[in-house]
Amino acid sequence: MSEELARLLADLKEAEALAFVEKALEQGSDPLDLLASAKEGMAIVGERFADSDYFIPDLVFSGEILRRIVALLEPHLKKQGESNRLGKVIMGTVKGDIHDIGKDLVVFMLDVSGFEVTDLGIDVPVQRFVEAVRETGSKVVGLSGFLTLAFDSMKQTVDAIQEAGLRDDVKIMIGGGQIDERVRRFTGADAYGKDAIEAVALAQRWIGG
Amino acid sequence: MEKKWEEMSAEEKQEAQFQKLLAPKDPEGNDLKFQSREAEAAYKARINRLKDAIQLKRPPDRVPVALFPSMFPYMYAGMTVQEAMYDYEKCVAGYKKFVLDFEPDFPMGAAGPGPGRFYEILDYKLYSWPGHGVAPEHSYQCNEGEYMKAEEYDLLLSDPSFYFRNFYLPRVFGKLAPWNMLPPLTGILEMYGVAFNFIPFGLPPVQDAYKALFEAGAEALKWAMAVGGVDVELATLGFPNIFGGFSKAPFDVLGDTLRGTRGIMIDMYRQPDKLLKALEALTPIMIGLGLGAAQQTGKPFIFMPLHKGADGFLSDAQYKEFYWPTFKQVVLGLIEGGCIPLPAAEGGYNTRLKYLNELPKGKTLWMFDQTDMAAAKETVGDTICLLGNVPSSLLKLGTPDDIRDCVKKLIDTAGKGGGYVMGNGAFFDEAKPENVKAMVAFTREYGVYK
Repeated sequence: MSEELARLLADLKEAEALAFVEKALEQGSDPLDLLASAKEGMAIVGERFADSDYFIPDLVFSGEILRRIVALLEPHLKKQGESNRLGKVIMGTVKGDIHDIGKDLVVFMLDVSGFEVTDLGIDVPVQRFVEAVRETGSKVVGLSGFLTLAFDSMKQTVDAIQEAGLRDDVKIMIGGGQIDERVRRFTGADAYGKDAIEAVALAQRWIGG
Repeated sequence: MEKKWEEMSAEEKQEAQFQKLLAPKDPEGNDLKFQSREAEAAYKARINRLKDAIQLKRPPDRVPVALFPSMFPYMYAGMTVQEAMYDYEKCVAGYKKFVLDFEPDFPMGAAGPGPGRFYEILDYKLYSWPGHGVAPEHSYQCNEGEYMKAEEYDLLLSDPSFYFRNFYLPRVFGKLAPWNMLPPLTGILEMYGVAFNFIPFGLPPVQDAYKALFEAGAEALKWAMAVGGVDVELATLGFPNIFGGFSKAPFDVLGDTLRGTRGIMIDMYRQPDKLLKALEALTPIMIGLGLGAAQQTGKPFIFMPLHKGADGFLSDAQYKEFYWPTFKQVVLGLIEGGCIPLPAAEGGYNTRLKYLNELPKGKTLWMFDQTDMAAAKETVGDTICLLGNVPSSLLKLGTPDDIRDCVKKLIDTAGKGGGYVMGNGAFFDEAKPENVKAMVAFTREYGVYK
């Protein structure tokens, strides 16, 4: 592991971080080690975001640097499954709603916090969430939505998971623009979070980690 | 002798604008004929009520109440959003029913749904709307993307209009794609070679684009006649539409529909100098957009939806460097030109309130979504007029009693001593009608200043 790379990424030094990776690869460093260092850097970014030292631009830019580091490492990496994930979370923007910024932030924060996230995307049909719970065995489902129409879609999704007999197997969290405790009660979700940090805290409480 | 417009101070211009609102004209330029004396009195009382709330010199007779919905009027009238977008007569009839049934002091007009056929004619790609990626009963939604590329700042900076016509518009309107073949107008200089500039207009794809444009223009006009007509009719019944136009914070112009949220945030790191220059270049353009619209419509209120400056999006330092300076300049420029900026701070604005004290007193009206209104009153209540804050979730899921509690709390805190307009916090689609009614009725009852 390279503390240097983790620090460069955490401090959002794009050019230096990329130069470091290129040089390390030339010198024969283990690409898996470099990847682990980059992930360590992302974990620090997540912590800084949680502490309100970093905001959304910093998060977005760290993701961009990571994308470019992974692109450098990819040719050197053998395909292999990810290890040491804390647990699985399903995320999606509910039916009828195509907003993705909030949902993507939650996916990002869950990912850097060590969760394996199945991102179902936007305008996700109710049954797709049910299928995903069956397919992945995830213990946590996150429903995102920006518009008032999302209140109904969220309720329908929770109801469908209930009808499929899976309600006791999962915890459901909701979030987005106009979501509050009143909406949580209406939808029958277990909790709501006002931002990505609260989503991570909920997943940690329910899954551990 | 009356002063010329150019010689007036911002204060005098604002007063003149209110006087103009108080003496409304019909589309032919004659004095508006009200349908009754009561309607005329109600109209004028509404304008004066708002004037007092905004100017912060004395409390109005009571707390004014605004309803700024998104698709609620049309859903309430029993039509789908798709119907409201495609059947203009039905749309304005639904809007009229909404205003007459709920009686807000300030309706914002029936332009919200927009002309569906127009978007179809030009193959608008920036949004999905009912029948085009969204269900008939749902509202239109933006398709975020990098419609301006990271390497195009210099193009935007050197000639914004050329950039919009030849790069941005061809990307957001499928039918205007051939506009990328048009020459810059600034190359049309002297007789020798002048005709070369016009060759693109002879090309079949460009001609097709213009045919679509004529058709789109005719459709927009048809729609505007319907939407404008209901404004005049509602004014004769005592309900003034105060909205004169729209403008945006330069950071949102770039971050919403040009570079996109992700794009602009990466630019803050990779090319901050170019981003700052582009924000500055957009500043006079956004001032001009608002002033031009106000002149055309004769109404001074310029609506400014605010997005990326909300709590949590940017750090304080980032807001101070990238968002606030040019946004502030646009607000000041509009005020200088006699307009009343109406920024709508979506999400929370708690961490930004302190900046608003840099604005002149009594010149702006701020719609707040999830901001703590008691704190806003405390921090900037002596500078700006506050509006809004009744939550969408409460309007849809609460009871009239919940609404009354919320309204009471808002009037007791934000409304203390004037400087407040009751209103919803975010542009809502769905709500229980009895909740919306309770919001207006209870404000009228409880919001009287003694």
